[in-house]
Amino acid sequence: MAHRARPEPERFRRERLAFFAHPPGCDTLNKENALPSLLVIPLIVEIEKLTKIYAAKQRVVAVDGIDLELQQGEIFGLLGPNGAGKTTTISIATTRALPTSGTVRIDGVDVVRHPAHARQLIGVVPQFNTLDRSLTVYENLYFHCRYFGFSHGRAKARSLELLTQFMLSERKAAYPSELSGGLAQRVQIARAIAHRPRVLFLDEPSAGLDPQSRMAMWSAVQQLRSEGITVLLTTHYMEEADQLSDRLAIIDHGRVLALGSPEKLKETFGALIVFDLKLKSLEGVDALIASLKSRPDVTNAEATADGLRVLAASSDGLLPDLVQAAAAYGLRDLKITEPSVETVFIQLTGRDLRE
Amino acid sequence: MNSTQMFFKAFTGLFLRDLRVLTREFHTFLLRVGMQPLLFLFVFTFILPRMGGVNPMAAGAGKVDFGTILLPGLMAVAIMFSGIAAVALPLSSEFGITREIDDRVMCPLPLWAVALEKVCFSAMQSIIAALLVIPMAYYVPAVPVRAHVANWFLLALVLVLASLLAGALGLVIGSTVNPKQIGLVFSIIVVPITFLGCVYYPWAWLGKIPWLQYGVLFNPIVYMSEGLRAAVTPEIEHMPWWAILLALVFFLSALGRWGLRGFLGRVQS
Repeated sequence: MAHRARPEPERFRRERLAFFAHPPGCDTLNKENALPSLLVIPLIVEIEKLTKIYAAKQRVVAVDGIDLELQQGEIFGLLGPNGAGKTTTISIATTRALPTSGTVRIDGVDVVRHPAHARQLIGVVPQFNTLDRSLTVYENLYFHCRYFGFSHGRAKARSLELLTQFMLSERKAAYPSELSGGLAQRVQIARAIAHRPRVLFLDEPSAGLDPQSRMAMWSAVQQLRSEGITVLLTTHYMEEADQLSDRLAIIDHGRVLALGSPEKLKETFGALIVFDLKLKSLEGVDALIASLKSRPDVTNAEATADGLRVLAASSDGLLPDLVQAAAAYGLRDLKITEPSVETVFIQLTGRDLRE
Repeated sequence: MNSTQMFFKAFTGLFLRDLRVLTREFHTFLLRVGMQPLLFLFVFTFILPRMGGVNPMAAGAGKVDFGTILLPGLMAVAIMFSGIAAVALPLSSEFGITREIDDRVMCPLPLWAVALEKVCFSAMQSIIAALLVIPMAYYVPAVPVRAHVANWFLLALVLVLASLLAGALGLVIGSTVNPKQIGLVFSIIVVPITFLGCVYYPWAWLGKIPWLQYGVLFNPIVYMSEGLRAAVTPEIEHMPWWAILLALVFFLSALGRWGLRGFLGRVQS
């Protein structure tokens, strides 16, 4: 195989560098248990100086120098608005598009030079339902295994195993056109991992799914991580990126704006807690705002249509004072929004993801 | 597993997939490829001869009965239509909204080999379709068809080349034509090249209309018909075998390249 030809020392050097660039304690691989600091985590996806320029009628820079490294076993989220370059990046990494410059290596295999070998190491769940409409659910899995060199017996066993794992056994004889969006998505994930890839790419996995199917998809992805599969997913849902990813890259206009665990991003970019207070009387509220602004733990305070909004780094000690002070103005309601990736994103790009 | 083994297994997998889809709909496949030659033979070699003097086709044919002239031509049409139905129609929908080609494009095989598999599978269907015409031509016509294969090797070679050529043409159409316009392509390309493909008369008989005789040399169907004529009914005038093979190889490589370029353009940006 191609990657064997690559000298080992280079690979060790890269892993060492990656180790120093993202020390496990600071940039945790796993939310629950950070790995011991001396363990070197192998890199599984290396994206280097990647660019993609579409030079048709209009010159469009879809990817503008992206560098990313995925560690084995993590769930990595690419978060960005539509047109940020997420899908193009995934298309290049999965050999479906050619880069203008830069390289992508999957487990050491260059995807441009050895696309067929790279495809053995990756599984892809595309944005849309691309199940083979002429084959049943079972046959979609079975023939996928055959494409990847499985014998009849192994392909059959693997397909049946996946049907059970993804609770699809009852629908094995159904055709893709008879499936709901959520079920089709489940078949697509089962198919993508059928040949036991090292990395799974999910492009906007929850687009068009109902909330229940989305939760099912999340738990399927988390299950895969526990089996050691590295997952790279693109999304423009904040919640998904926040809940699901071990690490996140926020990208816009084809560039990486920020990189790290969701917690670290919120910390680094100083996302704030937002207190929205609704008051019965707005008379003399300016005095309240002035007094709040003078507190060292309040970053900002401003009047809103029916009350006021206070932004602060922490709610410790502030909340009781706030309630007490606002009581004089007839406090009707108080809403607290915890720091989120969304507030980080708005801060970085100056625009809302849902725009 | 080395690369060759990996590619071979992936190629086999794709072929098995197509075989599964074909066998599930085998009766519709037979109807699709059999109906046209059957009706053609029935009308022109069974009904019209019974009407006596009103058969215009038989009049021009002189000593040779029309069924014998028609056999190689109908085999060529069967090959041609089957190639288009097996590659162009499915490809144009798979490239369309569903993008269901994606999973096959993502198998561990170079992209050109994925296209080659399509063409090879279509060639297999074309050969079946062409061979189906033979028993029909034996049983249907009022006057028995006088066919004899003088050179089996030539027949095999022409069948394979013509079938691959039809698949390559299907690849060109399937990968360059918008699915919405596929019906139009049938009317403005497929039907004319079939009618003017020396299917219903040998090329040599066009001698009285020189502009047409040389004009149709750009039509690959001409060499399919003439090649089968040389192989199946050698008594009827036909082009020299070397010219036929040369032209078939030329058109196969030209259309193959064009089709492959279109295919790559559609699956990789």
